[in-house]
Amino acid sequence: MTPAIDLRDVTKIYRRYGGRQFATLKSALLQRSILRDLSPTETFPALQNVTFSVPPGRTFGVIGRNGSGKSTALKLVAGITKPTSGTVAVRGRISALIELGAGFHPEISGRENVFINAVMLGLSKREITRRFDDIVEFAELQNFIDAPVKTYSSGMYMRLGFAVAIHVDPDVLLVDEVLAVGDEGFTHKCLDKFAELRRLGKTILLVTHSLGLVERFCDEALWLDEGRARASGDPRRVVDAYLTAVEKTEQQQLAATTARAVAATRSVASAVAGGASAREAVPLVVPAAEPPEAKPDGELQDMFRVVEGRWGSREIEITEVTLLDGGQQPAFVFHSGDPMAVRLKVTAHAPATDFVFGVSLFNADGVCCYGTNTFIEQMDPQSLNGDAEVTFAVDSLDLVEGTYKLDVAVHTCDGYPYDYHRLLYTFRVKSRTPDVGIYRPRHSWTFSAGVRFKGGPERK
Amino acid sequence: MLSNLATLVRYRGLIQSLVARELKARYRGSVLGFFWSFINPLLLLAIYSFIFTRIMPNRVEGVQPYALFMLCGILPWTWLSAALTEASGSLIAGGNLIKKVLFPAEVLPIVSVLANMVHFFLALPIVIVFLFLYQRPPDAWDLAWFPVVVLVQLVFTTGLALALAALTVHFRDIRDILANLLMLWFFSTPIIYPWFQKEVLPYKLFFDVNPFTHLAISYQEILFFPGPFDHWRWLAALGVASVGLFLAGYWLFDRLRDSFAEVV
Repeated sequence: MTPAIDLRDVTKIYRRYGGRQFATLKSALLQRSILRDLSPTETFPALQNVTFSVPPGRTFGVIGRNGSGKSTALKLVAGITKPTSGTVAVRGRISALIELGAGFHPEISGRENVFINAVMLGLSKREITRRFDDIVEFAELQNFIDAPVKTYSSGMYMRLGFAVAIHVDPDVLLVDEVLAVGDEGFTHKCLDKFAELRRLGKTILLVTHSLGLVERFCDEALWLDEGRARASGDPRRVVDAYLTAVEKTEQQQLAATTARAVAATRSVASAVAGGASAREAVPLVVPAAEPPEAKPDGELQDMFRVVEGRWGSREIEITEVTLLDGGQQPAFVFHSGDPMAVRLKVTAHAPATDFVFGVSLFNADGVCCYGTNTFIEQMDPQSLNGDAEVTFAVDSLDLVEGTYKLDVAVHTCDGYPYDYHRLLYTFRVKSRTPDVGIYRPRHSWTFSAGVRFKGGPERK
Repeated sequence: MLSNLATLVRYRGLIQSLVARELKARYRGSVLGFFWSFINPLLLLAIYSFIFTRIMPNRVEGVQPYALFMLCGILPWTWLSAALTEASGSLIAGGNLIKKVLFPAEVLPIVSVLANMVHFFLALPIVIVFLFLYQRPPDAWDLAWFPVVVLVQLVFTTGLALALAALTVHFRDIRDILANLLMLWFFSTPIIYPWFQKEVLPYKLFFDVNPFTHLAISYQEILFFPGPFDHWRWLAALGVASVGLFLAGYWLFDRLRDSFAEVV
């Protein structure tokens, strides 16, 4: 069967017209450089050797980070831009849900705009008249259709644009991240409409960041990365591969963030430590270099005034902090419910008998999600000599999705800090469920006989 | 290029609706609406009448009432200059369409030209009415030439508009240059002075190479001056040149077409 959309070895090179964007005609004429100026100075490959084809009636998802070439691919399929090399073939009438309501004129009524917009999308007057009521009803704008479009809210504007585009009766529908329009109800209506078009055997090309949508809707998916196809095929597999790669970059970013935070404190901290080598020299309430929350239990009280930093006398020093995943590998990204461990490497510069190890977790709002230490948990210190390792292990990291920061500290039982690392370590928790709050209690739902949900196997 | 030209015919429905939209949108929200198309030339006529009969009276023989003579040239000129000004910015103003919708870009400058042509048509009845009032009814045989002149001007203007629209995308300053060039062009065309005025004659060659001279003279001969229309040779020549200009303008537009979506 001939594919509905067929891209073969397509490369799109965008020309960056350097300084010529605002070059003047006069200078171009004077230097006789019109033709030269109209040729590009710098190029930027938006797509490189991308090949994919979509059989008629299939739904095809394209995913990838921002700037990976997704929209360029869509524009090539729509015919808005031409490929630099390779071929693009599309069979049937295309409707592109790229820019909703592009071409609406603010001064004239919604009714007139519907007609003109539909003509632009390739409908004849008669076809529009026949579908007009459906369009207005779909957009839920019966009461406003004769008002000028400039009086519409942005939601109304988008809804009308969407309604027109979807009623063009396309063979091939191109969708670029437009499901974010409108409220919940409208989004559902759009999804229902997509499902209907699928049933009618229309080909749909969907560019989105909503991976769930790709998994649920698409027959096939393509993952673009920096203009190249990284994976294609079964949507679940492609999405998983994409997520793994995203996590990897996140790991790197978080590692860099942490390294920067630690490095930033090191210079300050070493200066403080230098002057504070003798325990007596440092009073318990220290001005300047030591913020008041230096008190060991302060981590629970000062959650609204959290600042990054490191302080303490360094008689016992935390030399390294590592977050470990279930496989005891260093990690910065965890899944909700996974095990996690915090491993501290400590060095006691002199034998010590009074020490407490503490850990606390903060979310991005600076709220302390959990904090504990060995003193609170009634462990009585006996001795600490030389180098040692301390591991704080969590069996199941029951946190909601988000970025978290970590405090680690070693101090005396009465709160005098040896080495306090405040919010220096960042990690991220990922979750497939977009639940909210501070933590996720272990939970389950049970329903009596009268309650039933659709799509049972989808729900975990 | 030729196949693109052919698809242009397919888009006539779109062009039609866009021109209608342009006209509707222009007067939407104003109290008098479409009446402005009549009132504007009327006011213009009143101002010129006052200036050229009271302040700086012009007594050249055969061109009285002078204000009416001027109006015959100014109205088509307004069509040309407004069309070119709007067309040169049309691709930038319609950037959303070019970038986001599969849309034949040449429609935009063409709509600018056609919308201004309609304004020209709407203003014509005023001229006709006043021609009768001043007892200078245009000759019926002459009037048969009128559509031909309009057609020549349409082809001429469209060719220029396409080229300007395409170039303005790359050279934004064309829009500013254009305003000044149009001013120069206006004064070097026999619109506010008759072509047979004795001060004009020494520069005849200069006037003859100016295409709008022949359009202006044609309009003036057909509408204002009695007697047979005898400028038709020039008009025919201009017609041929205009087709050439149109093809050249379209060729340039077509060559630069692919860059629009990226540069706009």
